[in-house]
Amino acid sequence: MVVKIPAKAVVSASTALGLVAALTACGSGEESGDQTLTYWASNQGASVEEDKKVLKPTLDRFTEETGIEVELEVIPWSELYNRILTAVSSGDGPDVLNIGNTWAASLQETGAFVPYEGADLEAVGGEGRFVETSFATGGVEGEPPTSVPLYGLSYALFYNPTMFEEAGIEEPPSTWEEFIDTAEKLTKDTDGDGQPDQYGVALEAGSERQNSHFAHILAQQYGGKLWSDGPNFASPEVVDAVKLRLDMMAEHGVVDPSNAEFSDGTQSIADFVDGKAAMMMMQGSARTTLASRDFDNYEIAQVPMLDPLPGKPIQSHAAGINISVFNDTDNKEGALQLVEHLTSPEEQVYLSQEFQTLPVAVDAYDNEELQGEQMQTFRTILTEHASPMPLIPEEGQMETVLGESIAGLFADAATGSEVTKADIRKALKEAETQMDAAN
Amino acid sequence: MSTTEEPRHRAAQEATEPAGPESGAESGARKRRPRRSFLPYGMILPAAALELLIHIVPMILGIYIAFTSLTQLTIRNWTSAPFVGLENFVQGLDPGGALGSDLFQSLFRTTVYTALVVGLSWALGMAAAVSLNTRFRGRGVLRTLFLVPYALPVYVAAIIWAFMFNQRDGMINRLLVQDLGLVDDRPFWLIGENAFWVLVIVSVWRLWPFAFLMLLAALQSIPEDMYEAAAIDGASTWKRFTRITLPMVRSANAVVLLVMGLWTFNEFNIPFLLFGDTSPDSARLISPFIYEHSFVNWNFGLGAAMSVLLLIALIIASAVYVRLVLPKGRGND
Repeated sequence: MVVKIPAKAVVSASTALGLVAALTACGSGEESGDQTLTYWASNQGASVEEDKKVLKPTLDRFTEETGIEVELEVIPWSELYNRILTAVSSGDGPDVLNIGNTWAASLQETGAFVPYEGADLEAVGGEGRFVETSFATGGVEGEPPTSVPLYGLSYALFYNPTMFEEAGIEEPPSTWEEFIDTAEKLTKDTDGDGQPDQYGVALEAGSERQNSHFAHILAQQYGGKLWSDGPNFASPEVVDAVKLRLDMMAEHGVVDPSNAEFSDGTQSIADFVDGKAAMMMMQGSARTTLASRDFDNYEIAQVPMLDPLPGKPIQSHAAGINISVFNDTDNKEGALQLVEHLTSPEEQVYLSQEFQTLPVAVDAYDNEELQGEQMQTFRTILTEHASPMPLIPEEGQMETVLGESIAGLFADAATGSEVTKADIRKALKEAETQMDAAN
Repeated sequence: MSTTEEPRHRAAQEATEPAGPESGAESGARKRRPRRSFLPYGMILPAAALELLIHIVPMILGIYIAFTSLTQLTIRNWTSAPFVGLENFVQGLDPGGALGSDLFQSLFRTTVYTALVVGLSWALGMAAAVSLNTRFRGRGVLRTLFLVPYALPVYVAAIIWAFMFNQRDGMINRLLVQDLGLVDDRPFWLIGENAFWVLVIVSVWRLWPFAFLMLLAALQSIPEDMYEAAAIDGASTWKRFTRITLPMVRSANAVVLLVMGLWTFNEFNIPFLLFGDTSPDSARLISPFIYEHSFVNWNFGLGAAMSVLLLIALIIASAVYVRLVLPKGRGND
C-alpha cells in the first residue's frame, strides 16, 4: 500500500527543519536576564568539580549581598582561549570571565571587553586595591586595562630538604653558579647501574609556555628583553638566557634528558614527588598538585639570579589570572560588582588559600592566615622580582613560536646532538622570521 | 565490489523503462508527472538544506576568509576583516619565505608519509585478505582480530601508542632496551627524527584493516573456478595472484588506494594525539601545519589560504588519478 504524503506538508516540514537547523547552527546560547550573571572561571584547582565547590560559597555570598544570581561555568585551560575567541566572534559570551594574564593585550585589541577606567575602575575598587606588578598585566601600557588581576602567581624554586640534607647542602642556591653546583651534587646513581636515577632538577623542557617564560625571566637578568618593536629572540641576551637553561641538560647533565618530552606542566612535578629530581622551578599553583599527591616534603626559595647581575633582578614573570567584563553584557553594573566582590581583600584571602595563589588585593596580605613563610617568599617574588611578559597583541603567538623553538633545542640536546651557541642563535633567528612572516 | 553494480543498474533501467501492460497507461502517467516530480524535491530538501549549512556554506566562508587578514584581533567583526586579496596565497606559496618554505617542506613530507602509509597498508591488507580468503579453521576469529585497530576509537588508540612510545617508561623502549637488549640507550620516539617513523607505524596500524576489509570483499567476488582452472593448468600461486587476483580486483584497488590516499594526506588526529598542538619538525604534516597557523597562531586568513591550496592540490591529484587509474566505463570485475 502506498501512503500518500501531501507534497505541501513535506515542503513545510522540510522548511521548518531547515529553519530549526539554521537557528541551531547560529546558536544563540543561554539568555542572561538582568538579575543573573554568567561567569566563566578558569580551572585553578585539581579538577573542574573541585573548583565549582571552591567558588560556590563566594558566589553565594555575592548573591546574598546583591541579590544577583551567578551561573558558573568552570572551563579547562585547554579550551578556555578557544571558547573566549568563539564568544568574541559571535558576541554571545558570558558577562564576566577569567583570562590568562598573558592574553590580556591580545584580547584587549579585540575590543570585546569593558575598559576599566573612570567610574568603572572605581567600581571594582580602584587601581590602589591591586598589587602593582599584577595590575600592570591588565593590558597594553598607556591604555586603560581591559582586565584586572584576580589570582596572582609567580615562579619559585621548590626543593626537597631531605635530599639536600643527604647531599650535605645547607642552603638553597641563590645564584645560577650555586644552582648548577648544587644540582650536580644532587644528581646521583642511586642503584649502581651506571646511570643517574636522581637528577638535580626537573624541567618542563617540552612546554612552550615554560620555555618562553624562562627565556623572558633570564633575558631580563642578562639585561635584554624578548620584544622591542618586534621579536628580539636572537639578541645576545636571549641567546645567553636560553643557553643557561639548556646547558642544565646539554652540558651539566643535571636534568634527565627524558624531560625533553615533558610538556603538560605536571610531569616535572611528578618527578619531584617521586624523588627523581631534587628541585624544580614552578608557579605557586603547583602546590595544589603536590597536595593532591599528599606530598609536603618540600621547601620554597627564590629563583636564583646571575652574579654579577648585568640586567634586572627578575625571578618570575608577573603570572596569574585576570578577570574581564564582556562588552556585550546586559548587566554591566552587576558584572562590575562581581569583579569587585571577587577581588575584595576578604574574598582574596579565601580564594588564595583554596587555590594556593597569591592575593591580588594589597590589603589581603595583612590577614594573619597569610603570614606563612612560603606565602612571604611568593609575595616577595611577585611584588619585587616580577615583570609582565611583553604586553603585546602577539604575546600568545610569541609564546608558541619561541617556546617551540626552545623545545626543539632541548629535543636536539636530549637526542645526543651537540647544541652550540650558534645553533641556539640560528634556531631563535628562525623563530623570529616565523613571527615576522605570520604577522 | 562493482559486480553488484551492474545488476542493480539493470534493475533500475528496467524499472524506469515502460514495459508490458503498464505501457498502455502512458497518458495517465503523463498527467501525474507534476505531482510526482515535486515530492522528491520536497523530500530531499532537508538533506539539501543541512548539506548546504554544514558543508557548502562553511566551505565558501573558508574560501572567503582566505582572502582576508582574519586574526584573533579582527575576529570580533570577522565579516569586516581587512580584505587582502591574494596576499595570504603569495605568502604561503613563496618558497623563499619562512612560511612558504615550511609549507613546501611539509607538503613533501606529507607526500612521502602518504606513499609509505598507503603502500604499506595496502600490502598488509592485501596479504591478509588473500591468506584469509581460503577456508580454514579459525578464519573468522582472525578476520575479527584484524579489524580491531579499525574498530577502536582513534583517540584511545593513539593515546595508548603515545604512552607506549614514551622514552622513559614506554613499553617499546622497555622491550628494546631491557628485554631484548637491542639498544643500550633508550631512544626518543616522540621528539626528534624518530617521530616521523612513529607516525608512519601508528598510521599503518590504524589504516591497514580498512584495506583488508575492502580487498577481502573484492576477493570474494572472484569465482572459485577461475583459480581451479588455473591450478589445473599448472599456474603457480604467484602467477594466480598476478594473473587472476590483481586484475580481478583492479577497480576495488583503485578506489581503496584513492580513498586511503586522500585520508592519509589529510591526516590530523594521529599527529595531534601523539604530539599535541605542535608536531616535531620531522613529523609536521600538512593538516597539523595548517591547524597550527589557524588555531595556535590565530591567523585564520593564512590558515584558510593554505587549506584552499591543499584542497586545490588534492582535487587536481584526484582528478588525474581518476582519469589515469580508475577503469573507464563499467567493468565487470
